[in-house]
Amino acid sequence: MSTDNPTSSVDDSESGFDAAEVRALRERVEELEEAVADLDDGDDRKKMTIVATQGSFDMAYPPLILASTAAAFGWEVVVFHTFWGLDILHEEKSTDLKLSAVGNPNMPVPNAVAALPGMDTVATKMMQKKIDENGTATIEELIDLSLETGVDLQACQMTIDLMEYDEDDFYDGVTTGVGAATALQHMAESDVQLLV
Amino acid sequence: MSSEYQTTETLDVKGQSCPMPIVKTKQAIDELEAGDVLEVVATDSGSMSDIQGWADGTDGVELLEQVEGDDVYTHYVKKTER
Repeated sequence: MSTDNPTSSVDDSESGFDAAEVRALRERVEELEEAVADLDDGDDRKKMTIVATQGSFDMAYPPLILASTAAAFGWEVVVFHTFWGLDILHEEKSTDLKLSAVGNPNMPVPNAVAALPGMDTVATKMMQKKIDENGTATIEELIDLSLETGVDLQACQMTIDLMEYDEDDFYDGVTTGVGAATALQHMAESDVQLLV
Repeated sequence: MSSEYQTTETLDVKGQSCPMPIVKTKQAIDELEAGDVLEVVATDSGSMSDIQGWADGTDGVELLEQVEGDDVYTHYVKKTER
């Protein structure tokens, strides 16, 4: 395209544009270029939203490990906790999350035995011991770390009401008063979305 | 060990497992100045791949070297200008 001398080359009756229109168009192009440049040097951080729905001892780990690691990458992270996932953020309940003995392939007993009272506690103790020996962080440590590194841990308001929890039951720094619409909004803006 | 650079600080994450080596490395790097080199000493074998992945995906850091010893993995991470 020849744009070396646009004012004179297009300023004729055939092109249908007069000089004023060309100037207006150029201004518009400049405006748009600036807008695009603004988009480029805007926030280019990656964003991740995790929906945590499970509150068993084993299922509390993956969202927290991924969230704190993503924060170390400098990502903006939201973890939306709903249904049983809410227990992870509950100060009291988070320290007493249970592993199910039934259907647990690591249990050295048949499911019929695993279903007996107290077996979940046994399974949980076994897992806790392994975690301790392996130097894996506790749930509490991971929550503190996540909050410290700027992860937005959100507690679904509907579930808080459903479980009859109080907003004070949660760790300091947990976001309450949010629902599915907020979660969807974050998901739509995210590069990575996970349901755990 | 290579001596083309001077280690500014050492982070000991021995005995800690994923995600701690990464998260602690990130926190330690945040405290340093551009040009500083952090030595990370870990026992988590996954840290070889994880530190590399983290350094590749993170602005303002450069992985200089990784040394695999007897159950000890040492990483040298330089903080760069963003």
